Amino acid sequence: MSIGLLSLIVIALAVAGFLIGRARALSKAGGDIRRLHSLPNFYGQSVFLFTAVPALLLMAAWLILQPMLIEARVSGMITAADVPEGSSVGLVMSDVRRISDGIDLILSQGDLSGEDVARMRADFSDVRSRLATVGVALGADVKPAVFEAAKAYNSASSSGRLMMSAAVLAVALAGMAFALSRTTADFRARNVSETFVRALLIASSFIAILTTVGIVLSLVFETVHFFQLYPAKDFFLSTIWNPQFRGGSDLGILPLLWGTLYVSFVALAFAVPIGLFAAIYLAEYASKKVRAVAKPLLEVLAGIPTIVYGLFALITVGPMLRDYFAQPLGLGTSSSSVMTAGLVMGIMLIPFVSSLSDDIINAVPQAMRDGSYGLGATQSETVKQVILPAALPGIVGAILLAASRAIGETMIVVLGAGAAAKMSLNPFEAMTTVTVKIVGQLTGDTEFASPETLVAFALGLTLFVFTLGLNILALYIVRKYREQYE
Amino acid sequence: MTMHATNMGNSLYKTDPLTKRLNAAEARFRIYGMAAVAFGVLALVGLLTSALGTGVSAFRQTFVEIPVMLDAAVLDKSGNRNPEEMAKITTIGYAKVLETAMVAELTERGLLNDRVSAKDAGGLISKEAPAQLRNMVLANPELLGTTVEFRALANGRVDGFFKGRVTMESAALDSNISPAQLELAQKMRELGLLSVSFNWGFITGPDASELRPEAAGLGVAILGSLYMMIFVLVLALPLGVAASIYLEEFAPQNRFTDLIEVNISNLAAVPSIVFGILGLAVFINFGGLPQSSPLVGGLVLTLMTLPTIIIATRAALKAVPPSIKDAALGIGASKTQTVFHHVLPLAMPGILTGAIIGLAQALGETAPLLLIGMVAFVRDYPAAPPEGFLDPAAALPVQVYNFTQRADPAFIERASGAIIVLLVFLLAMNLLAIILRRRFERRW
Repeated sequence: MSIGLLSLIVIALAVAGFLIGRARALSKAGGDIRRLHSLPNFYGQSVFLFTAVPALLLMAAWLILQPMLIEARVSGMITAADVPEGSSVGLVMSDVRRISDGIDLILSQGDLSGEDVARMRADFSDVRSRLATVGVALGADVKPAVFEAAKAYNSASSSGRLMMSAAVLAVALAGMAFALSRTTADFRARNVSETFVRALLIASSFIAILTTVGIVLSLVFETVHFFQLYPAKDFFLSTIWNPQFRGGSDLGILPLLWGTLYVSFVALAFAVPIGLFAAIYLAEYASKKVRAVAKPLLEVLAGIPTIVYGLFALITVGPMLRDYFAQPLGLGTSSSSVMTAGLVMGIMLIPFVSSLSDDIINAVPQAMRDGSYGLGATQSETVKQVILPAALPGIVGAILLAASRAIGETMIVVLGAGAAAKMSLNPFEAMTTVTVKIVGQLTGDTEFASPETLVAFALGLTLFVFTLGLNILALYIVRKYREQYE
Repeated sequence: MTMHATNMGNSLYKTDPLTKRLNAAEARFRIYGMAAVAFGVLALVGLLTSALGTGVSAFRQTFVEIPVMLDAAVLDKSGNRNPEEMAKITTIGYAKVLETAMVAELTERGLLNDRVSAKDAGGLISKEAPAQLRNMVLANPELLGTTVEFRALANGRVDGFFKGRVTMESAALDSNISPAQLELAQKMRELGLLSVSFNWGFITGPDASELRPEAAGLGVAILGSLYMMIFVLVLALPLGVAASIYLEEFAPQNRFTDLIEVNISNLAAVPSIVFGILGLAVFINFGGLPQSSPLVGGLVLTLMTLPTIIIATRAALKAVPPSIKDAALGIGASKTQTVFHHVLPLAMPGILTGAIIGLAQALGETAPLLLIGMVAFVRDYPAAPPEGFLDPAAALPVQVYNFTQRADPAFIERASGAIIVLLVFLLAMNLLAIILRRRFERRW
């Protein structure tokens, strides 16, 4: 039974439960609503919830756990001798899964019955070409043990699926029976179903915590794994980044950090003055009309996907900087450079700085401006000597948030900064960043045993800690130094 | 303050040096501000014109229109019109048919000379065209033996010539095209055999290999993005709204609530690539879900969008005035009834606006999708949901990235064209959000 069909059946049962529960409550009350504790719909609703929610939760849990359990059992059938040179158990297991899918397809075509497949032996019949006819292409001939494992996998997962359907339907019916048996005129149906709904709401807000836990666990777990294969001291202190496929790589984070910080610095050097001046102009000088047009236009910049900025860096800004600055000045010949990525990232960050600062400047009370004008200050003196100091904590917070954006930004640097891990001061040279290398090490072939792949998790953890630190610092500064105006 | 700096004893009509200086400083400060705003707006204009300027041409493509004689003796040797036997003729056979047709047509028009061989003439047609012709014939075997008007994609270089990307000089250095071929193409265009027209294939077709940029399309990527957006909408909207209702209306002020709130604001600031790592480690490695499937992409984007939706929903719930709640509670509604019957419907426009903005953000996100295998070259359309959620698919922003990684400059035009499609979708979503807000927004 497919998952879609099963969920539809459960929902249909729940809807039926709703109607039955409602009718049952009414009949218990002898058709007189006034004798019920709650409105009739609440009786239906509680039956609906007890039917659908536990059954669907069971189905979700089963779908997550079943492959893991079967995998653990089947991988025991594969011995070290069945794993070819240069391969791993993981790759063999993915073959097992594909063969198992292929068996499903063969069975669904109806040419062979279940017993035929059970009798099929990899060393006698040509399994590979048989599987190829249903569109499962295998790289090499199937080893007997692998095929046996696939058959075990197939039968375990199909019987597991059958058991799941039975269990889910049983739970749905049991929940329905339970809820219906409680349906009497005195049953506090409203309180029960409201508590149930509230529990669901709490569970949804748990997702945020689960996500954070998932991020931290997956990063820390694989990073520890990485440090078992590669010394932590070399990772943090080496100035060479040179991954090799055959081992013996140098995986020092310093050149990547340097590139990240350099690009972010250039980006902030563009974005902070421009964003700040734009915010001051829009808040203090601009007429209503100009503000109504310019502010949304600047905010559009924040809504444009970063891949668009990346392409802009790649095809427009990069070649322009190379032809008009780097080559005439003899500083470099590469169109991807720290300057390209930094400039484009700066454009992306302008709205972050400007709209946050704009809000903060607007929050400075008019009385402070009036007081300053009353003492004879000009408008710009008021801005510089009264408004900016008053708004400073908020502005610093905005800049820190922009910095955390810059450090975590990926697509602009992937397309604009280059891939060479270097520590150089020349901004027209191609350098690389932490995010570029995470993408580089994790796209394509991902084998989770080599330090070259696992290093991406250590890089990710570094990135996570950096941006988290900046965010917390920003929040702290804003809270601690904020002036309270009444 | 010294004497000369003040205005004492002088005419008010004559500005003294101090006032002049102050006025100049004032004007400078103002100009800096104007320049900053102008720079931001100009950058936006530059960004958009760069994408539009290079990308618009991707929607137009050069086609060769020639009558093609589908010779039954070549394409169906057994003569019984059985599609299975006809399928044995590969695209190479069809390429020959196209080449013959091209030579025949050019000879008739007197365009062939000794500088252009039959192979050169056939080379004007895209390598993708034989496959299209083959699919057409296999779908309608009765076409065999007739002559059909076939509209074939022209080679990418020929297309580039009419779009100004390829010149006679560059063709002289190019092993894939010769100046003589381009001259021939020019003459064909004058005779109407070759035309540049709107190319639906770019929007609906699948991606093509590195050697045939003219055939590359966005169909699979658009479908993949659509699947992921369905996923995000179905998962993130209910979860986000439920979490916000709890936090805003029910949660007691305690440490646990604080923990959730801090978590949400931190998640909103976590770099998107970290969500990609999460997806790779948890959903693919640990959960065993298939790589590059819209399911995993949708889950990752859901987790990423959730904080945005929660923050927007909470703002919308907060904006509902307490008097409405008080009135509902006052006439005997329970807390849950108050929230679901009164607060939630009134906050709905704000919630939907937030959800659309979250979706738009998810639609443009690239980095996490790179890590979960969306970069794979996918030519087959994913099946219809729900099975299709597990099929490999591409995504629109990732397709842009893929195009930029290919050597042929024709793909830059395709990448910009894909950006235009992406921006059109985003514009439509944002307009919808604005309209919703304008239409349903209430002020209390």
